[in-house]
Amino acid sequence: MTGLYIHIPFCARKCPYCDFCSTAFNKTLVQSYVDAVVRNIAHYSTDRIGLDTIYFGGGTPSLLTPQQVGQILHCAENSFVLHSPEITLEANPCTVSLSKLSEYRSLGVNRLSFGIQSASDSELVSLGRLHTFGRAEKAVNDAFDAGFDNISCDLMIGIPDQTIKSLEYSIDALTNLPVQHISAYMLRIEQGTPFDSDKIRNTVADDDLSSEMYLTTVQKLAAAGFEQYEISNFAKPGFESRHNMKYWIGESYIGIGASAHSLFDGKRYFCPGDIGRFASSPLQQTVSEDDDPDKLEEYVMLGLRLTKGISLSKLAELGASDLSGLIAKAAAYERNDLCVLKDGVLRLTPKGFLVSNVLISEFIQIL
Amino acid sequence: MDQKKIRNFSIIAHIDHGKSTLADRILELTDTVELREMEDQLLDNMDIERERGITIKARAVRLKYHADDGEDYIFNLIDTPGHVDFNYEVSRSLVACEGAILIVDASQGIEAQTLANTYLAIENDLEVVPVINKIDLPSADPERACNEVENIIGIPAMDAPRISAKMGINIKEVLERVVSDIPAPEGDDNAPLKALIFDSYYDQYKGVIIYCRVKDGHIKVGDTIRLMATGAQFQTVEIGYMGAKELVSVGELHAGEVGYIAASIKDIGDTRVGDTVTNADDPCDEALPGYKKVNPMVYCGIYPADGAKYGDLRDALEKLVLNDASLSFEPETSVALGFGFRCGFLGLLHMEIIQERLEREYNLDLVTTAPSVTYKVTLTSGETVTIYNPTNYPDTGIISSAQEPVVNAHIYTPSDYVGNIMELCQDRRGTFKDMKYIDTNRVDLHYILPLNEIVYDFFDALKSKTKGYASFDYEMKGYEPSKLVKLDVLLNGEPVDALSFIVHEEKAYSRARRLVEKLKENIPRQLFEVPVQAAIGGKIIARETIKALRKDVLAKCYGGDITRKKKLLEKQKEGKKRMRQLGSVSVPQEAFMSVLKLDD
Repeated sequence: MTGLYIHIPFCARKCPYCDFCSTAFNKTLVQSYVDAVVRNIAHYSTDRIGLDTIYFGGGTPSLLTPQQVGQILHCAENSFVLHSPEITLEANPCTVSLSKLSEYRSLGVNRLSFGIQSASDSELVSLGRLHTFGRAEKAVNDAFDAGFDNISCDLMIGIPDQTIKSLEYSIDALTNLPVQHISAYMLRIEQGTPFDSDKIRNTVADDDLSSEMYLTTVQKLAAAGFEQYEISNFAKPGFESRHNMKYWIGESYIGIGASAHSLFDGKRYFCPGDIGRFASSPLQQTVSEDDDPDKLEEYVMLGLRLTKGISLSKLAELGASDLSGLIAKAAAYERNDLCVLKDGVLRLTPKGFLVSNVLISEFIQIL
Repeated sequence: MDQKKIRNFSIIAHIDHGKSTLADRILELTDTVELREMEDQLLDNMDIERERGITIKARAVRLKYHADDGEDYIFNLIDTPGHVDFNYEVSRSLVACEGAILIVDASQGIEAQTLANTYLAIENDLEVVPVINKIDLPSADPERACNEVENIIGIPAMDAPRISAKMGINIKEVLERVVSDIPAPEGDDNAPLKALIFDSYYDQYKGVIIYCRVKDGHIKVGDTIRLMATGAQFQTVEIGYMGAKELVSVGELHAGEVGYIAASIKDIGDTRVGDTVTNADDPCDEALPGYKKVNPMVYCGIYPADGAKYGDLRDALEKLVLNDASLSFEPETSVALGFGFRCGFLGLLHMEIIQERLEREYNLDLVTTAPSVTYKVTLTSGETVTIYNPTNYPDTGIISSAQEPVVNAHIYTPSDYVGNIMELCQDRRGTFKDMKYIDTNRVDLHYILPLNEIVYDFFDALKSKTKGYASFDYEMKGYEPSKLVKLDVLLNGEPVDALSFIVHEEKAYSRARRLVEKLKENIPRQLFEVPVQAAIGGKIIARETIKALRKDVLAKCYGGDITRKKKLLEKQKEGKKRMRQLGSVSVPQEAFMSVLKLDD
């Protein structure tokens, strides 16, 4: 089944570490952008495509009014064949109230993802976030009260001046909230962002400390009932993000909006990040990324991000005829506790996830 | 052509005294090159030469000069390198000349290579015409420079032209001196052909191009030539002279002239620089005295980064050696690096230049090992062996004695730095011989130094200890007994042959320590912990540990954008290509050179 991703590239304020496609909130532009999203969705109406996930990502999708979200969902309902879809909306704690959340809920949104990042207010300040942890707590509780029983929140690892202790504090605080899913990301200093400075680099954890932090996170979240299912994603049983899983298992998704990526009809393509152009075009113009993605390579690259790993029979099925090199390599890494090869399935350990770039490229090269 | 109207000369100087700049001005003044075609340092046509501002290869060009006496003259100017490593090139060019312009920097006076090159010219019976350059500099002291030439070299210099090659001042006076002071060649045009090969290179279309100086006789297109050393015979296809930008075909060359010969020679081994060309149908009795064969002083292993390029590397070396007879190479095999060559060089700069030329001109990616010198080892069996590669150094148990090469080194320096230099030479195991005052505040320090102490970074150390004011020259003295040990390096417990080196017993511990530290810096973290050890005869004397890699970048795959992730993996693959796999350890190519930089 296909997923639908809608990129909402508007923020009240851009975070200094963020290099995603977004721009300042502007009422007129937002409405014309939403209209463009609707035009693009409607374009699919003749194809009767089955859809089981819808994901509003950003930017800050919670800057959309319930009317705008309703406009989009209504159109999606008319244009696709919906199969009890998981409908996720990313939300900034400062932009939501109980009544707004209730309205989203009644429109069909059934999953929220809050960008909380930390339970330490000083860390939130250094990240340039607008909310305090108190505000975030209230938002999550309001969401619960509004009827959301599938709530995710983001946790950031490697925030300037973060310590293992403050991280543990954040994990405890987040897992005490009525949330079922946590995405734990490592801060990465992206080129050209305000964080791209020596001053910031000197205050973030070095590789050894951030590795410690990551392993602590995996452990503590497991103890709190959040099982790791992907490098950065943890969930209570049954609450894995169905939409995000599509990315890792190679299911198709249609991306709509500036900078949105698609995997559809076996092709990878994306819409360029020009927001004004997207809003004013009758239909989004897409750029091809890969018309014939290498299935074997993608299976290894994406599959090894998941804790369930990759199966050797599937590799063979995808054309990897000689697996002896891979098995030998895996055995060597297994001795260093980086991966596990068992019952024909290769999966990375949390320690292995930390060096997954090296491992994945090594495995791909040997196939 | 009337030989009386020919002048064959070189320009000799210490590095940076303005040799190539003067050559440029002479080219302009003789209208050899249109002004609009002028590029700085026209004769230095290798990219490396322009970038580094030095001359590596000697180069020849024919010029026409209308002198004040109303006559037209033909000048054959041969530009020469100034650096000590390239003395061999200098002597090759000098044999083709009757005279040499000696440039002395008016602000610096005589330097180490001024002397070395002048002595080469005098040994070759050349008329030396001193010229004082850089008179435009505020610090210029032409009188002092002239005095130094007279006192130290012993040739009259009081009326030497005072010029600025950079500003174009008094260049004409230099050209008039060439006419009046440098003798015309005196060959016999009717005698059998006798021409000296002073350079050659391979041209894709024409085969080997021979640069030669015709001493006696003449040669024209269609003649069959014989190369006397090899006996090989060829029919000439093209004959001419060297224009500033291209070869000019004229069909014949006569006694006294400098020019080129192309004879569809395919095998570069047939033409040896220093050999004599004669006419196969009317050969001369005996060959010209060739060049003294120069022995390489410094050796290093050169390996293709990609093992499949071994053949390309061999072809490239074969072509380079034709152009640079002082380079030598022999195939060798390393456990760590695979198939490659042990190459011999005249010095470190020479080595660097060859590596750079291989990489640029032949588009090769190389791994090079640290340079070493040759040792002579007498075994307990009484047999004496010469060691070109540290890996082959025998076990201490079977060595009865060892010898290492030493040089006579002369350092010219302002007297302020004598203390610093003595300290440096002491640290490099030098033996003080004597110190002479050149004038009131400049001295010539004479030391005996082990060659293995100067091949690494002596020149750099000297420069930094004297703010660049000292100059340095050396010549081989011979071999002397020494207490040497072989230092082996182990990565993850496995010896890496390409990293072994020979060091004096007393310095072994400190070098070993710095080496393992350097390697730790240069080898990236691996997926597991890697011990780096240095050992002498199986005994570990230094150890560092490269900690295991904990984390590489965890890229988000946000919104289904997997391109970033793909790019990262691509980068990973590229990075891996620059690595050598030694057992389970990936080692970057630069690490093999870290032995070089132990004094940083």
